[in-house]
Amino acid sequence: MRKLAAAGIAVLALISWTLTSCQREKRELRAAPVRRAIYGDAARQSELQPGGPQTEPQVTNPDHANAWSISEGQRLFEWYNCVGCHSHGGGGIGPPLIKKHWIYGGQPANLFDTIVKGRPNGMPAWGGRIPEYQVWQIVAYVRSLAGEQPFAATPVRTDELEQKPTTIHNKVQGETR
Amino acid sequence: MTRARTLFIWAAAVALNGCGGHQQSALDSVGPQAGKIESLWWFFLWLLTAIFLIVIFATLWALTRRHRGIEQEPLERIHLPSGETEHRLTRVVAGASILTVIILFALLIASVTTGKALSELGPKKQGITVEVTGNQWWWYVRYLNGDASRIVVTANEMHIPVGRPVMLRLNSNDVIHSFWTPNLHGKRDLIPGRVNTEWIEADHPGRWRGQCAEFCGMQHAHMAMWVIAEPEDQFERWMEAQRAPSKQPSSASELRGRDVFLNNACVFCHHIAGTPAAGQVAPDLTHVGSRLTLAAGTLPNTKGNLGGWIADPQNVKPGNHMAQIDLPPGDLEPLLDYLESLK
Ligand code: HEC
Ligand code: HEC
Ligand SMILES: [Cu+2]
Repeated sequence: MRKLAAAGIAVLALISWTLTSCQREKRELRAAPVRRAIYGDAARQSELQPGGPQTEPQVTNPDHANAWSISEGQRLFEWYNCVGCHSHGGGGIGPPLIKKHWIYGGQPANLFDTIVKGRPNGMPAWGGRIPEYQVWQIVAYVRSLAGEQPFAATPVRTDELEQKPTTIHNKVQGETR
Repeated sequence: MTRARTLFIWAAAVALNGCGGHQQSALDSVGPQAGKIESLWWFFLWLLTAIFLIVIFATLWALTRRHRGIEQEPLERIHLPSGETEHRLTRVVAGASILTVIILFALLIASVTTGKALSELGPKKQGITVEVTGNQWWWYVRYLNGDASRIVVTANEMHIPVGRPVMLRLNSNDVIHSFWTPNLHGKRDLIPGRVNTEWIEADHPGRWRGQCAEFCGMQHAHMAMWVIAEPEDQFERWMEAQRAPSKQPSSASELRGRDVFLNNACVFCHHIAGTPAAGQVAPDLTHVGSRLTLAAGTLPNTKGNLGGWIADPQNVKPGNHMAQIDLPPGDLEPLLDYLESLK
């Protein structure tokens, strides 16, 4: 009887341990309306702020650390032909994206801006075309290229020849947003 | 509606299902290979039915016959059969085992012979070649031609000429799928990075439903395709129509609809010949209005369904790879007019 109880507890523990990994894979198949307008035009083009500094809106990527969203971002990175200019992160016409030092900043909000508004030296503006929820998925993926996603959520197997710094300097979940 | 009525309608629907033309059935073969597969199926069915009946009757007989042991009152605790009974039992069990092995071998030989006959069966005539590529979760269909300008691309639907072999080149863009149109042939896998081939031929005009037969992810169940066999001249007319670039908008609404299409993400994924939309990762929409179904056999191609699909694709096929795009009010209607006009 004691043995049976011990086995039961072990099984329960195993199940709950397995369940902890569910969050990593949470799939939001239909982006909710709020989710689709999460960012709006929060970013500023100028440092000058008439009437004194405002509190910066806190922008977090809803897709951070979500394995499914990151892999969706990976697919869209190909489908929307980011690979045409950035290759699989190694760079080509556009700069490499596997890096720590970004020209226009590497925070999710910066990447969102880069993608939606474009950048002067040849990065097209995708705003109004790529729906916002997908931009966030792409941001999550681009950050994974730079090793800014938890290792457990980062896609490590692809069909392409590509380098991933994830194993070299992976940050723990929570440290980056 | 009362529950009884709902139940009745369901039952009727299920029962009537069997009547309608057998559009997806291995037991209504219309091609040379499916014919052989069907014969094999019937051979198995009759042989196994006979065996089943024999076993059932033998069991019933054993249960109901008068048992000699019963007469020994009270029952001995250890009942040992006599030497003669023991002998008979051994013989019967050994005989039955040998017979079983022989029957299994007969089935095996029948199955292997059919497989061999199928693989040796070559087309008798010059045919056409069609490339079918699996995608999560739809079928890309391309009619090859030495002259690149005569290549035809469509999706989730394959028209074939009656009585002419169609060579299929099967491939996949993502995971393993399997092409299965039971009325025409058995299953054949679509494997990324390699081309599998098979050929099919329909001996009379008709429409048959095919389906992905290898689990390929969330929407595997909604990955169907229609094979439509037509007389040669009708088929050629269809090919000619498909070869043409997309129809130009002929009304103000259609014109606006085209602009809506070209100004949204649609162009990254979909191709419409004759417009700048050149996406290659989703079904070709050049002649989408001429197709029977939408979203790989999931919805009949009507304006209402098209609207429902574009407004909320994740409702129809949760997890599918079509983007959910919020069109401003007033944009959907013209877009539908335009897509409907692409016959
Ligand atoms: C036509 C080529 C082209 C395409 C397509 C393209 N990019 Fe770029 N991208 C560039 C160029 C060029 C730059 C550098 C811009 C600059 O320095 O002003 C750039 C810069 C960037 C940066 C900023 C890098 C930094 O160091 O700050 C990011 C992030 C980026 N691109 C992501 C994307 C994503 C995601 C896509 C697909 C949606 C994409 N790009 C598609 C050419 C392209
Ligand atoms: C991210 C890529 C992508 C974008 C953007 C996109 N689609 Fe699609 N679309 C798909 C995919 C993938 C399918 C096939 C879905 C399936 O059946 O599983 C599809 C299917 C369709 C179909 C059904 C085609 C058929 O023959 O079954 C129509 C119609 C369609 N899309 C219209 C549109 C319109 C209109 C837009 C723009 C508002 C659009 N799509 C934007 C990827 C996309
Ligand atoms: Cu499939």
